[in-house]
Amino acid sequence: MTTKVVMEALSPTMEEGRLVEWKKQEGDAVAVGDVLAEVETDKAVMELVARAAGTLLKHVVEAGATVPVSELVAVIGEAGEAVSEEAGKRGGGEAKRDSGTAGQADSGAAGQRGSKDSQATQPSPGQNRPVSMPPAPPTAAVAAEQRPSAKPPAREGNGAKAAPGRVKASPLARRIAAERGVDLVGVTGSGPEGRVVARDLETAVATAPVSSRPAPSGATASAPLPRRPADVPYTDVPLTQIRKTIARRLAQSIGPVPTFYLTSEVDMERVAEAREALRAAGKREGGEAGTDAKVSFNDIIIKAVAMALRQHPACNSWWQDDHIRYWNEVHVSMAVAVEEGLITPVIRHADQKTLREIAAESRDLAARARERRLKPEEYTGGTFTVSNLGMLDIDEFTAIINPPETGILAVGRMAEKPVAHDGAVAIRRRMRLTMSCDHRVIDGATGAQFLKTLKGMLENPLALVW
Amino acid sequence: MAVITYRDALNQALREEMQRDPNVFLMGEEVGVYQGAYKVSRGLLDEFGPMRVVDTPITELGFAGVGVGAAMVGLRPVIEFMTWNFALLAVDQLVNSAAKMRYMSNGQVGVPAVFRGPGGSALQLASQHSQAFESWYAHIPGLKVVMPATPADAKGLLKSAIRDDNPVIFIEGEMLYNLKGEVPEGEHVVPLGLADVKREGGDVTIICHSKSVGVSLKAAEQLAKDGINAEVLDLRTIRPMDTEAVLTSVAKTHRCVVVEEGWPFAGIGAQVVDTIQREVFDELDAPVLRVTGADVPMPYNKQLEKAAKADPAKVISAVNQVLYRE
Repeated sequence: MTTKVVMEALSPTMEEGRLVEWKKQEGDAVAVGDVLAEVETDKAVMELVARAAGTLLKHVVEAGATVPVSELVAVIGEAGEAVSEEAGKRGGGEAKRDSGTAGQADSGAAGQRGSKDSQATQPSPGQNRPVSMPPAPPTAAVAAEQRPSAKPPAREGNGAKAAPGRVKASPLARRIAAERGVDLVGVTGSGPEGRVVARDLETAVATAPVSSRPAPSGATASAPLPRRPADVPYTDVPLTQIRKTIARRLAQSIGPVPTFYLTSEVDMERVAEAREALRAAGKREGGEAGTDAKVSFNDIIIKAVAMALRQHPACNSWWQDDHIRYWNEVHVSMAVAVEEGLITPVIRHADQKTLREIAAESRDLAARARERRLKPEEYTGGTFTVSNLGMLDIDEFTAIINPPETGILAVGRMAEKPVAHDGAVAIRRRMRLTMSCDHRVIDGATGAQFLKTLKGMLENPLALVW
Repeated sequence: MAVITYRDALNQALREEMQRDPNVFLMGEEVGVYQGAYKVSRGLLDEFGPMRVVDTPITELGFAGVGVGAAMVGLRPVIEFMTWNFALLAVDQLVNSAAKMRYMSNGQVGVPAVFRGPGGSALQLASQHSQAFESWYAHIPGLKVVMPATPADAKGLLKSAIRDDNPVIFIEGEMLYNLKGEVPEGEHVVPLGLADVKREGGDVTIICHSKSVGVSLKAAEQLAKDGINAEVLDLRTIRPMDTEAVLTSVAKTHRCVVVEEGWPFAGIGAQVVDTIQREVFDELDAPVLRVTGADVPMPYNKQLEKAAKADPAKVISAVNQVLYRE
């Protein structure tokens, strides 16, 4: 029995993928989960893994080829097994399957499958089965009424992509996706006929800061912005009438996200001193692993932002159209310029990480972002974004909010300036921060208080460990 | 706690209820002198005498009717059918008299009778004597249907059935009579309408009753070696069904297999599946599958008979399917 390997949708918006490199050659043994090939999607280079075990019988496309999602790329089967012509052809119909096994002894089903195969010489691209779909004939153990002969013929070969816009998913998977705000389009289903089942969402969003647990209602009733209830990643608060009115009127005023901007200049002298001290300490320790001294200003800003967000949950939130999601976890996105644009990898739980951890993680994420090797869960799920153009000598700028987040911080360059200090004019290192706020959630004073806390932390870096 | 057989647990329940209430009496073929075709009524004739342990001729329709009449005038008959295969002759009394009387008399006359005996297949008893009829009786409004799977449940449920003011169809497992288990002595009453988690688990719910409980537990043990933790839910009472227990378990595990000895079409599992998909649709991660007896008259041939029965291998296969493991 052979199974087909198809180009899978490896990102939510992927329509085609370029097969960069085959990791398994024809004749290689493969186990479920083995990496077969690297595929470049619209966002990153991802791994195409085997969903059946056996021997890789045939590469249907060569490395370098661009293949639409759900098109055949390879065939897996038993060693020495012949690859039937239609199974080995791109754009062909059903994969040839052995219909003589015991579990498929039902003559009605076998007949149906047989006739399907004979029609398969006419290419019908919509009918490809992803390799994750076993033919799944219920075995003799299952009641007769559930045998495939009772299935309407239309279900045969009705693959994941057969009906555009209709994703096959179990009711539970749909519910989880809705609760987590995950778009099922693009989630690769591992169930029969490409059905998305709960475990597919586990792998898709396992590391994302999400939870299906509802917030305890008592917590929201007593205080509109509960501070960190234990074990609940976020708290959903229904919109009050005044919040609704603000949201509607401000959106009418300037666009889908009614944004306003707050700028504050920060004295960076003490941060700079602290950073130099850290670097010197790192060098003394010999730069061993774990004592890496390469902490950047941006790392310190991310840490300070995360700590300040802890104190200002209104700025650590998502606009959800009919409610506001106040996150109890802090996940800071950092904008990274890449060749074709930008991407925002996320430092999860940044408030709970040490500066050293943040430094190492941000360096790794940025490097892999530039190589386009980020996994989707590494660039989604942020609760606030930091964008820094200081290294490009920008004094200050305004950044565009990345919905559903409600705030973004634009960091300008750090520069020496003459300023009044302790009653005299002194040359100090100064930096401008501009925060863009979604007025549907964050009001002027709310955003200003957050910025004030952030400024205080940067001007007194000990506050970061306070 | 004493370890006794399912047979002796039923005997205990009968004896205790007959001691407790002089209106309780036992009637059926060979229940007295022969002490029961399956020895469930051992010793009862000696203890209670021929007025309360009554041997009947081979006339199922007749003695079932006598039982209904006795119940209508205030006694609490326990009518034993040698097997439920033979009770087919008495269905008119069960369906048209016992089940209807309270309704058609505007509540004036009830039928507090228990109709009991072994159901399902044994070993090579062929088509006419290897049938599971619970779905027939569960179909009828006015009847309660009870099917214990363990000695303790056999005792506790029979006591509840005898004390119930409505007609109860009490179907024992012919292959369960020798099953041993701990049974509390004395007043051990299991309320009707409550299912029982026979094994806790979080990965899949296996819903079963009577003989299929043992089948399911064996399958669950096997699955546990594979890292699959199955919850085995014993319905115990088919009607009224404990839908809350069913829904709670499925909402926990998100996957369900329903096992029964009977035929698939319009079986008990069909009713269970209907309830699940209606009430907890959004909890389901896979279609609910059923494992049933084959949709054929039971073959006499030993190998064919084995192939026609629900067994642990079939349950494991269905569980693997709802877990998307095969």
